[in-house]
Amino acid sequence: MDGVRSLIGFIADNTSGILERTIEHATIVLGVMLVATVFSVVLGIAVQNRGLAKQVSLGTAGVLLTIPSLALFAIFIPLVGIGNRPAQIALFLYAILPILRNTVAGLDAVDPAIVEAAQGMGMGQFQQLVRVRIPLAWPVIIAGVRVSTQLITGVAAIAVLVGGGGLGAYIQRGLTSLGNPFSIERVWTGTLFIILLALVLDAVLGAIGRRTTSPGIR
Amino acid sequence: MSETTSTPQVGAAGMVSDRDPTDAPVMIHLDGVEKVYTPGAAPAVEKLTLDVHKGEILVLVGPSGCGKSTTLRLINRMIEPTAGRIIFDDEDVTDIDANELRRRIGYVIQRIGLFPHQTIAENIGTVPRLLGWDAERTRKRSDELLDLVGLEPGIYRDRYPKELSGGQAQRVGVARALAADPPVMLMDEPFGAVDPITRDRLQNEFLRLQAEVQKTIVFVTHDIDEAVKMGDRIAILRERSVVAQLDTPARILSYPVDDFVDDFIGSGSTLKGLHFERVSGLAIPEYPVVRRDTPREEARRILDMSDFRWLLMLDERGRPARWLNETHLADTSRPLHEVGPVVRAVVERNATLHDALEAMITSSAGQAVIVHRDGTYVGVVQIELLTEVIGRMRREARKHYEDLEATQTTDTP
Ligand SMILES: Nc1ncnc2c1ncn2[C@@H]1O[C@H](COP(=O)(O)OP(=O)(O)OP(=O)(O)O)[C@@H](O)[C@H]1O
Ligand SMILES: [Mg+2]
Repeated sequence: MDGVRSLIGFIADNTSGILERTIEHATIVLGVMLVATVFSVVLGIAVQNRGLAKQVSLGTAGVLLTIPSLALFAIFIPLVGIGNRPAQIALFLYAILPILRNTVAGLDAVDPAIVEAAQGMGMGQFQQLVRVRIPLAWPVIIAGVRVSTQLITGVAAIAVLVGGGGLGAYIQRGLTSLGNPFSIERVWTGTLFIILLALVLDAVLGAIGRRTTSPGIR
Repeated sequence: MSETTSTPQVGAAGMVSDRDPTDAPVMIHLDGVEKVYTPGAAPAVEKLTLDVHKGEILVLVGPSGCGKSTTLRLINRMIEPTAGRIIFDDEDVTDIDANELRRRIGYVIQRIGLFPHQTIAENIGTVPRLLGWDAERTRKRSDELLDLVGLEPGIYRDRYPKELSGGQAQRVGVARALAADPPVMLMDEPFGAVDPITRDRLQNEFLRLQAEVQKTIVFVTHDIDEAVKMGDRIAILRERSVVAQLDTPARILSYPVDDFVDDFIGSGSTLKGLHFERVSGLAIPEYPVVRRDTPREEARRILDMSDFRWLLMLDERGRPARWLNETHLADTSRPLHEVGPVVRAVVERNATLHDALEAMITSSAGQAVIVHRDGTYVGVVQIELLTEVIGRMRREARKHYEDLEATQTTDTP
């Protein structure tokens, strides 16, 4: 119980710093998610009807996810230097697969009869996509965005190792100062706030998903 | 159906029609239209030339895989023809913008394809929105259409498709196709996905609707009974969408041109043909009748003098009341108007011969009593008369085809 008390004490003494790091972390995650979502949804739409392109892009996104995170972060340092940049690129690559896969799956699941009706009433390809197919695939796409967000909120802790910011800083300081006062508390603080951030982001996305999904398909 | 089967059902009303659908101008003209899905393979639709006239329901019917859906989808170019022209109201639409064409054609499919994420009103407003109608006009129109297909707008307008029964969803599908008031409707097994009772109701409702809106309709089904019921004309298709016979249901039923058509329309086609003739078209012969107050001796005399086994007794207002035969006349225990079976099945003059046949079968005297609208007596029809009519229908249909052949042989030297 002492541990918990000293953790609470540490958090209480460092609120402004923790808040700042949390915002930094959230900013990285949200920025990456925004780009990754647009990219993956557009890619998903583009490849969904094309067998080979679909296999290749899903396969590639899958492989990206298997690259050890530390390595993936470091790979981009020679290209873009240190700081948030290499971290963002790596996180972006991680975020692709869940969104891409769900976009494709969501579009695949749209009843062909509905698309036939849309086409038969004189909707062009773009109108079919925007008015019918995406709205119907939307809940599945949002689910993919939520998975990606969870995933990279955790992985973003590594950003600090390539010179970036975020809550990873507490974990790193804690781990490199093991044995010193507050080292464990730092690790716990970083971990705890990453989890909290992930939960908050998920709840927000969940709410957005519900509000943007038609009651007719809820 | 009520006991006094008389006024035909809405559906049946459409069946008995002396109007020749081909008198109307041509609305859709397919000119040698062909579809080859896989180059080198047999075409799904082989050089089809076909006219659909304004205001008619042309039914395409045939065995599974014969190319009905492909033919239908060639008309709104959901499938692009590999050869031939499609003429729509004198305009060649083979090469115009397909989306623009489709907005002029209502399209209803078996699996309906309502947009589940949109309300019923939004679904119905699809084509109006595409055509750029304002919100107010679209809303008005969708309420109007809900009314037309028998769904209370106040209840259904804001519902989602998942909140509808199959039959209601199908009605909305029809309303959606009618939204921008297209002159032409294409319907691919529109009532295929509902139970038989609902289907029958939807068919009747649709025929009533069509009597009001007078669209040019191409209707695909694989069910010959539906074809006979819905069609002003029927095209019976064989493999590769080749027309085996194209004619009114009555003529197809009385004169199938070949074994393929004969097999396809199946047994009972003669009975079905009786839907197309009205009692009023018959020369109804004299029949012995007595009044309620006719003395027994007088009644017996009338029966003896006639060639019939039954007398018909009318009530004081001239409506058929009871059947009387020898035995009943001999039964002196009760007054004459209390013996003999009560006349149950009567048919009005505008009923079909099918209704008359039904009445004959249910009648104790084996014959159908024909009445005026007000229930007063007209005459009695017997089975022999129907046999005659069937023979005449056959002869007329055969003659029609012989005449047709004759003109064709003189046309083409
Ligand atoms: N997209 C397609 N590609 C290749 N062949 C097709 C395609 N669609 C239909 N066909 C073939 O064309 C023929 C006609 O098919 P179509 O769907 O028009 O038949 P149908 O008369 O509507 O049958 P059903 O009563 O079963 O609906 C069939 O042999 C079918 O296999
Ligand atoms: Mg079909």
